[in-house]
Amino acid sequence: MTHLTHNPDLTGSVIFGLGWVYLLLFFMNIAWTKRSLALDGICHTGLGVPYAALWAVYAAMLLMISITHLTGWDTPQQFSLVMPEFLKYPINKASNPVAFFVGSTTIYILMIVLRKWWTTPTAGWILLNLSILFLALSITDYDFRQIVGKPDNVPIVAMLYIVGFFTWLYFKKSVDNDARKAAGRPLLEQENAEKVLTWPDLVYTELVCMVLVTAVLIAWGIVLQAPLEEPASAAKTPNPSKAPWYFLGLQEMLVYFDPWMAGVVLPSVILVGLMAVPYIDFNKLGNGYYTFNERKFAVSTFLFGFLPLWVAMIVLGTFLRGPNWNFFSPYEFWDVHKLELLNNINLSELFWIKGLGQPLPVVPQNASFPVQAWYIVCREGVGLLAVAFYLLALPNLMAATVFKGFYIKMGFLRYMVLANLMLMMMSLPIKMVLRWAVNLKYIVAIPEWFFNI
Amino acid sequence: MSVGDYIRGSQVWKSIFRHPAPVDRRNRVVVMLTNFFLHLHPVSIKQQGIALSYTWCMGGITFFLFLVETITGVLLMFYYRPTLEFAFNDILALRDVTTLGIMREVHRWSAHAMVITVWLHMYRVFLTGSYKPPREFNWVIGVLLLVLTLLLSFTGYLLPWDQLAIWAITVGSNMARATPFLGYEGPGAQLLNIGGYDLITNGSDARFLLLGSRFVGEATLNRFYILHCVAIPLVVSLLIAIHFWRVRKDGGISQPL
Repeated sequence: MTHLTHNPDLTGSVIFGLGWVYLLLFFMNIAWTKRSLALDGICHTGLGVPYAALWAVYAAMLLMISITHLTGWDTPQQFSLVMPEFLKYPINKASNPVAFFVGSTTIYILMIVLRKWWTTPTAGWILLNLSILFLALSITDYDFRQIVGKPDNVPIVAMLYIVGFFTWLYFKKSVDNDARKAAGRPLLEQENAEKVLTWPDLVYTELVCMVLVTAVLIAWGIVLQAPLEEPASAAKTPNPSKAPWYFLGLQEMLVYFDPWMAGVVLPSVILVGLMAVPYIDFNKLGNGYYTFNERKFAVSTFLFGFLPLWVAMIVLGTFLRGPNWNFFSPYEFWDVHKLELLNNINLSELFWIKGLGQPLPVVPQNASFPVQAWYIVCREGVGLLAVAFYLLALPNLMAATVFKGFYIKMGFLRYMVLANLMLMMMSLPIKMVLRWAVNLKYIVAIPEWFFNI
Repeated sequence: MSVGDYIRGSQVWKSIFRHPAPVDRRNRVVVMLTNFFLHLHPVSIKQQGIALSYTWCMGGITFFLFLVETITGVLLMFYYRPTLEFAFNDILALRDVTTLGIMREVHRWSAHAMVITVWLHMYRVFLTGSYKPPREFNWVIGVLLLVLTLLLSFTGYLLPWDQLAIWAITVGSNMARATPFLGYEGPGAQLLNIGGYDLITNGSDARFLLLGSRFVGEATLNRFYILHCVAIPLVVSLLIAIHFWRVRKDGGISQPL
């Protein structure tokens, strides 16, 4: 059966490598079991055994799985510890850009709402184990391995774990500090306020750090060869053609915006917005310590921009976008011939054809520029009004309503910068939702002037 | 008298290190003040400001990776010639025959790592509110350093001159074609004409400036090579110096003065 599909079988070296991964996970969980024995106590529901016993059973299972891999690698045809079809199928079925964005945004919201629960060491450990098990099982899938295993994509997987860890650490410390503040106790950072000598306390840390980083880089260089494809040829365009991985969030925006927006205006707004952060954040609290409660708005906004809109978009652009920039599920073959129907429609067409039941106004070909411009402005009137409302009227409306407090505290100029940056950031999710809900292509479509929004 | 004591007592040693070994409190202070490299740091520091769980060490690692990139980059420059004739083959040779060709791997992985550590450094700075007064402008310099890090990585991406390289740069630089007013497929570019003669064409727009050509070719390779090896590193070095100097002047990495 497997020979008939495009998937070559699982190779022995992959199974062998996974054996080492499970072995490492086994040792990590032995250490965790030891910690649990010292700290966690007895599980009172059920048998009344120590929590550590549950971890020990789990670790023993990992050891058995590891041994299965390390001894069974020479018969990959019969190897059965693979990602089961009954999991692959629903994951593949449920995967699409909508689910991806909704999912990553939901995780972002849950992260904030449930910050007291998921930042306990045990919850963090369970999440880490689940993600490693998911990754290890997924690696047994050929298509998944082809994409995630690309040498240039390995740093992205590493980045996901590192970003995840530091986000966890941030919330853990914030929850701790916020509880301290509520109880009137000194903050974590205030407990370490005394001064120490730079030599040796900092200098030695730096030395150890440099040695470790060097070791990691050399090991990484030995294990993974830098990619080198065929010599450059202007005649052979690869499909998909992708920018370097850190720009793939921007390339993903090309689905929803034209290049002048996705490639020029929005990146510039991101950078200007980052530079403006210290000048529009008037909140004096939270300077030099971790806190969430004292900076809810600033932190939530930044996390939304960084996690669902930047990191998750890079993941989408790198792992899930294949030939012709079509969406491919994690375990799906990157088929060049996959067809996706594009029946997107402009707002002007919605307005004139569907709304008024008339044809679009046709711009006279040989007329003078002012006449042509008049026809174009009439044709795109609704869209132009919508954009003008969004950028000019909405900031004022928000100042009078939801952002009233901000407006009073910040003053006109700083408030306007903040409001416009927020609206530019939200333009991406808004355009996404409009695309998914009503197949909207452009709000303003003036191809004559390369001016499509 | 041991050999070590003899060396440390010699005129040569004393002319280089003007003080005894930093084993007591006084000399641990003196070493920070008299050593050129260590004087980046203050003599003493709040324990809080160097706690790893607070700083994440990402700024320091970024700087270290920049140094690794400089050293491995210089070594690679001895072997690599940025011309259509040689570029790809030189990389091939680095992979297959050149001694210490692993420098290319270290260079590439450090570059990826540096992009990530810059992000994480900014993540930490944001989450601890360390951009707040008096450090507002140092955050701005940090954003400039982020841009330059990405540009360093982007310009370096072209140099192997393989399919991965030219098409990634083609996709990336095609965006410049759509720059408002300055790209020939950008909104407003048509307005810039004199007597019916277009000022912005595919031979004079922002993309042409970036590529030195209408497509990614030899001129682009030369241009990116010089940006990657000379121009951007010089600017980055200057900005890093200012960035560090301001950290010192602002009384450490975070908290109000």
